[in-house]
Amino acid sequence: MQFGIFSVGDVTPDPTTGRTPTEHERIKAMVAIALKAEEVGLDVFATGEHHNPPFVPSSPTTMLGYIAARTERLILSTSTTLITTNDPVKIAEDFAMLQHLAEGRMDLMMGRGNTGPVYPWFGQDIRQGIPLAIENYALLHRLWREDVVTWEGRFRTPLQSFTSTPRPLDGVPPFVWHGSIRSPEIAEQAAYYGDGFFHNNIFWPKEHTQKMVELYRTRYAHYGHGTPEQAIVGLGGQVFMRKNSQDAVREFRPYFDNAPVYGHGPSLEDFSEQTPLTVGSPQQVIERTLSFRDYVGDYQRQLFLMDHAGLPLKTVLEQLDMLGEEVVPVLREEFAKGRPADVPDAPTHAARVAAAQAQAAEENQEVTQA
Amino acid sequence: MKDAGMKLAGMKDAGMKLVVVSAGLSVPSSTRLLADRLAAATVERLPADTEPQVVELRDLAVEIANNFVTGFPGPALSRAIDAVTGADGLIVVTPVFTASYSGLFKSFFDVIDKDALAGKPVLIAATGGTARHSLVLEHALRPLFAYLRAVVVPTAVYAASEDWGADGLAARIERAGGELAALMGAVGRPVEPLAQVAQVGSAESLAQMGSAGSAESVPAARRPAGETDGKPLEVIPFEQQLAALRVG
Repeated sequence: MQFGIFSVGDVTPDPTTGRTPTEHERIKAMVAIALKAEEVGLDVFATGEHHNPPFVPSSPTTMLGYIAARTERLILSTSTTLITTNDPVKIAEDFAMLQHLAEGRMDLMMGRGNTGPVYPWFGQDIRQGIPLAIENYALLHRLWREDVVTWEGRFRTPLQSFTSTPRPLDGVPPFVWHGSIRSPEIAEQAAYYGDGFFHNNIFWPKEHTQKMVELYRTRYAHYGHGTPEQAIVGLGGQVFMRKNSQDAVREFRPYFDNAPVYGHGPSLEDFSEQTPLTVGSPQQVIERTLSFRDYVGDYQRQLFLMDHAGLPLKTVLEQLDMLGEEVVPVLREEFAKGRPADVPDAPTHAARVAAAQAQAAEENQEVTQA
Repeated sequence: MKDAGMKLAGMKDAGMKLVVVSAGLSVPSSTRLLADRLAAATVERLPADTEPQVVELRDLAVEIANNFVTGFPGPALSRAIDAVTGADGLIVVTPVFTASYSGLFKSFFDVIDKDALAGKPVLIAATGGTARHSLVLEHALRPLFAYLRAVVVPTAVYAASEDWGADGLAARIERAGGELAALMGAVGRPVEPLAQVAQVGSAESLAQMGSAGSAESVPAARRPAGETDGKPLEVIPFEQQLAALRVG
């Protein structure tokens, strides 16, 4: 199982000081956070993609390429890559390039984006969100698997004899997750391709997460990729920790109360009860996170949101120390217990290359025997 | 607090589901009074085991506001949304505030999926201090429910303060209740969505979850309204989604 962090990349005033970091400070902070993630033994760093203030990460592969050059083990990913408004051809090229530069230490998560004006800014229509996600990904999927693609669709100019370069590293396309909070169509899409499904459950009641994951697992099996239990599931999480849980609540409350996404609404206590948000001791975070398995089954990737709502970099780095030293080692051990042998590990490039080679060898053998 | 509608309805399991939404704020409120009268007039024409369920928006005011901020309904609001979207018929009553329905009334329908009331029989009613606002029913409530593709009964009932001591209100209540009851008998169930929808999940899990294979619309565009009732999600098979995009 993989553990990591995902960043929205928001530039938000620190409500306790009123200070707003500059875009430059925030971008460098995101890099520092990613490097810290590797240092404390986490597996994954994922960045969001946004095209409007107050967010900085408009160019994810640039940022991830830079982080790739400064890390050794960390898997670089996105949360999410906009499959609706980006040209699928450019996604194929950019992420294949990243895959080569990072020696395969990358994957990506498709999302539709939730900012209305981004669609017209990029020449698209938000009412076509789902059809765009379906058509664009169908093309992307082919571009990484077929050397020469001739294609015609509804939303993009046709392609005649097009080859997306560079070709995927070792002939194995990057692993793709599909992220969706509310749309069953996207769980269905992930299931159809046998790709991963990520539910960013951090703002949602667990009953909803459970239904979306159950739908994905059922359809994954329906499309013949394995049993429902073998589907590749990722979840979000949101935590703030201090050794003493009262200290965690006291320190985090002003950030919660003023958070851009859910601030000025329900109390920290109500929100913690209704969503996976956990503010407390590392032990409380461990217990809460382990409970996710009770309603989604054994899963492959757990990402935590650690650096939003104006939390200062110093605090975020302290949180990552606790996450890496006190929480994740216990989670690794506990999640491994009782995990059936046929539940797959989280996907890595090395494992996917090995699987592709094994399949090729098998096909060769069949050909020889025939 | 026992309401008149509940008393009149009898206490057996509901044969038809009549849900009453009242946006009155004071206790007691004339809006609720009108709601109960309308419920009684409707129930007496429905099967004997029909029991109306009343949703008081006042009790949900904070959760409705929180839903706007967080994007998902709290537990009590979630139950109310399930009741409303699962009803065979609705009676909705609002006080007139600033020349229209109250903000709380509108907000409640704002957090319900826009397709969830399609085809549902609805009786609209309002209360106000004077009769001068009575066309609010025709100019504000009826278009709102037309947008939601609900089937609104012809008689809308407005009760000004003076109506509570005058002739005429009782007859309008009776007529409106009769129209709603007739429509519930005629329409009864929400219309089926246009797209063909796959039932997802094994037969066993469907049975466990109590789904009888009724066609539900594809879940909420914006929030998981109405899906906390234990039914699995449904989805259009991917091949159909792909085929819909095919050129030529």
